[in-house]
Amino acid sequence: MSGEITFTIDGTEVRGQAGQSILQAAAMASIYIPHLCAKRGLTAWGSCRVCTVLVNGRPQAACIQPIAEGIVVENDTEGLRAMRRELIEMLFVEGNHFCPFCEKSGNCELQAMGYRLGMLAPQYPYFFPVRDVDASHPDLFLDRNRCILCARCVRASQELDGKNVYGFVGRGADKHIAANAANGLVGTDAAVTDMASEACPVGSLMKKRVGYAIPIGQRMYDTKPIGTDIESGSARAQAGGGR
Amino acid sequence: MAETQESVIRGICGRFANDRTRLMDILLEAHRRLGSVSGEAVDAIARAVSLPRVEVESTLSFYAFFSPRPRGRFVIRLCNDIIDQMHGAERVGRAFREELGIDFGATTADGLFTLEHTPCIGMCDQAPAALINDKVVTNLSSDRARELVESVRASGDVEHMKLTLGNGNNSHPLVRAVVRNNLRERGPVIFAPLVRGTALRKALAESATEVIKSIKVSRLRGRGGAGFPTGMKWEFARAATGENKIVVCNADEGEPGTFKDRVILTEAADLVFEGMTIAGYGVGAATGIVYLRGEYAYLLAFLESLLKERREAGLLGRNILGKQGFDFDIRIQLGAGAYICGEETALLSSCEGKRGDPKNRPPFPAQSGYMGRPTVINNVETFCCVARILENGPGWFSSIGTNDSTGTKLYSVSGDCDRPGVYELPFGVRVSDLLNMAGAQETAAVQVGGASGQMIGPKDFGRTLRFDDLATGGAVMIFNKQRDVLRVAKAFMDFFCEESCGYCTPCRVGNRLLRERLGQVADGKGSPEDLAYLQKLGETVKATSRCGLGQTSAQPVLTTLRSFRSEYDRRVQTRPADLLPSFDGAAAVAMAESLAQRRSVYFGK
Repeated sequence: MSGEITFTIDGTEVRGQAGQSILQAAAMASIYIPHLCAKRGLTAWGSCRVCTVLVNGRPQAACIQPIAEGIVVENDTEGLRAMRRELIEMLFVEGNHFCPFCEKSGNCELQAMGYRLGMLAPQYPYFFPVRDVDASHPDLFLDRNRCILCARCVRASQELDGKNVYGFVGRGADKHIAANAANGLVGTDAAVTDMASEACPVGSLMKKRVGYAIPIGQRMYDTKPIGTDIESGSARAQAGGGR
Repeated sequence: MAETQESVIRGICGRFANDRTRLMDILLEAHRRLGSVSGEAVDAIARAVSLPRVEVESTLSFYAFFSPRPRGRFVIRLCNDIIDQMHGAERVGRAFREELGIDFGATTADGLFTLEHTPCIGMCDQAPAALINDKVVTNLSSDRARELVESVRASGDVEHMKLTLGNGNNSHPLVRAVVRNNLRERGPVIFAPLVRGTALRKALAESATEVIKSIKVSRLRGRGGAGFPTGMKWEFARAATGENKIVVCNADEGEPGTFKDRVILTEAADLVFEGMTIAGYGVGAATGIVYLRGEYAYLLAFLESLLKERREAGLLGRNILGKQGFDFDIRIQLGAGAYICGEETALLSSCEGKRGDPKNRPPFPAQSGYMGRPTVINNVETFCCVARILENGPGWFSSIGTNDSTGTKLYSVSGDCDRPGVYELPFGVRVSDLLNMAGAQETAAVQVGGASGQMIGPKDFGRTLRFDDLATGGAVMIFNKQRDVLRVAKAFMDFFCEESCGYCTPCRVGNRLLRERLGQVADGKGSPEDLAYLQKLGETVKATSRCGLGQTSAQPVLTTLRSFRSEYDRRVQTRPADLLPSFDGAAAVAMAESLAQRRSVYFGK
């Protein structure tokens, strides 16, 4: 087939199509590369850096880096697992994440990633930032305490909903998610049915009045670790060649 | 009132054809007219240029020189980088505070003055320095600070400040700056005399491919610090299939301790424009943009006048020097206070009117850069080299310097030395030679390459300044034996925390963690295991960050851990009993004490 590219991930030969990222090609080969900001159907963003792999010995974000013939990719190594754990810990200490009583618990990708990567208590000091909650919208709320700045809502709104509900304001430590209206979410055309309303990996952009509906023990990551769908090949079936 | 603001905004947006990619210019002009850009002004701009409101707010909130809140008519920005601190910036700051009766970050009740801190403004050779609106004031003392405030207060205009103008073009009627060039060594490449148009004429006598070949033969490497071969970059851009190629000059030198581009733009800007025009000819571009850092706004009118002269001389515009079909013109894009915009893809984002977030690579700018167009982006100094290579030949150029690093390099020397300033020297000079030239004594440490470079100690002073040994964008900061290298490193970490764009996790969070722990160690509250923590954390930030800022921001920690290990070891304590040295018991119980209204039995001594 034209455009087919062969390379290796941790010694396993992988075939992909020209134009695919390492993350996409790996998923199609049922190889899980941990990631947070990347989401199938959305443009690659490259902010969380959790999918960092070594490409011919150089660190690269697998969601951004295109595959190339003969590249040697290292993914599941102790060194990379440790770095990813550090990145996850950074996200935990940066915000205010209250797993025990968060309604996203069990369905939260950050929490699930912490478990998968073997994070215990973060080694870093907590920042305990003071962040605003935007509860102005009748059906949605934006809890910035738990936001990890992954831009999945921003991209989903633009790319899937054809709207511009969310954006980033501020720089560095002050960077935060904002709604496209002076008076918050209520002033935007956000709707609970938007694809963006489903995009959040954590408990930051949430629907009102549906929290805790599914009991603990029956939530997505309660029984299987994050990435299982990719490793079992079901993600491949779902993707059907898409990203 | 609201209507007046709306009409002002509409007028400004109209001047830029309601073009959303000119949002930087619109916001700069709005600040000039209105002092700040309020929520209503954001709405008005969004309507005029047809952008979502949040995107206007996103750009507005990114740049240090923009403000959503009203500010004083005169904004005083005192530079607080490490070199300015060493030269008494704190005393000057106290004088400003006392004279104005306000703290940093505040505005006087009469709405006349706002006082702020700002990172390096490119005046380390004449520190302490500050900006008062666009005007630069240097060599400040407490008395001078008071005098300046009084003078602005009395005259109501920065133009009426009593200033002794600097040398060279700093005294030009369109510059009128107190800035001194401090040009200590003139070399044959950058600061040799120039006859306008000579290099361009020679370039146009050759074919575009021959021009690129000359650059390749000269083995010119980019002067911004990374050292990518310029000819190869141009070749990529020339071969790129996209339309409307573009040449961009990175004049956003924000690396703490660097100021050489300031002197180039003051004394040799024609060489820069000439190099850009040659690049346009080489890669097939008709448009050039100079991204000028906001701190150098005082040079804007002067640079614009040079561009105008070049147009009148047929060196810019259509059919340049009579060459049919070769059109090229240059516009200047002013920045607004963001170090990250010196990163080439962040600079392009800024030119597009967006927040200064770096872009994902690939694609690289040569393929798809500004507005998705093939883009050549080079440093100010690199374009100067280009012009000289075409003027004097690639063989002449490559005979200067060393085999891996041809030509000369400009060094911005500051800190503990008698002759701070700009030195143009062939590549391959020893650090010790440069220290001697600058009159540095009792030097304990040299930061080569600015905050993102490396801190070296005396055992490395015999090393040479070139790409294959000590590669540098040119900042050389000298610290004598009285200085505390850990404090210096901490100041650099403060800088990176301030200047991280916040896009990726390791840079946004990791740098704050590094700063916190480094500060503890510097304060004598660290334990031995903190050093391994700093090393590991630093390596993670370096390896996983998205752009050059994060990939180098841990350098102050990593390079001092390497070269000044004893300074760390000396300060860390093995933990007494079962408490971490960083644990401050008294602080931890302070609130409980105040609630209980008694002192702690254990910690309340």
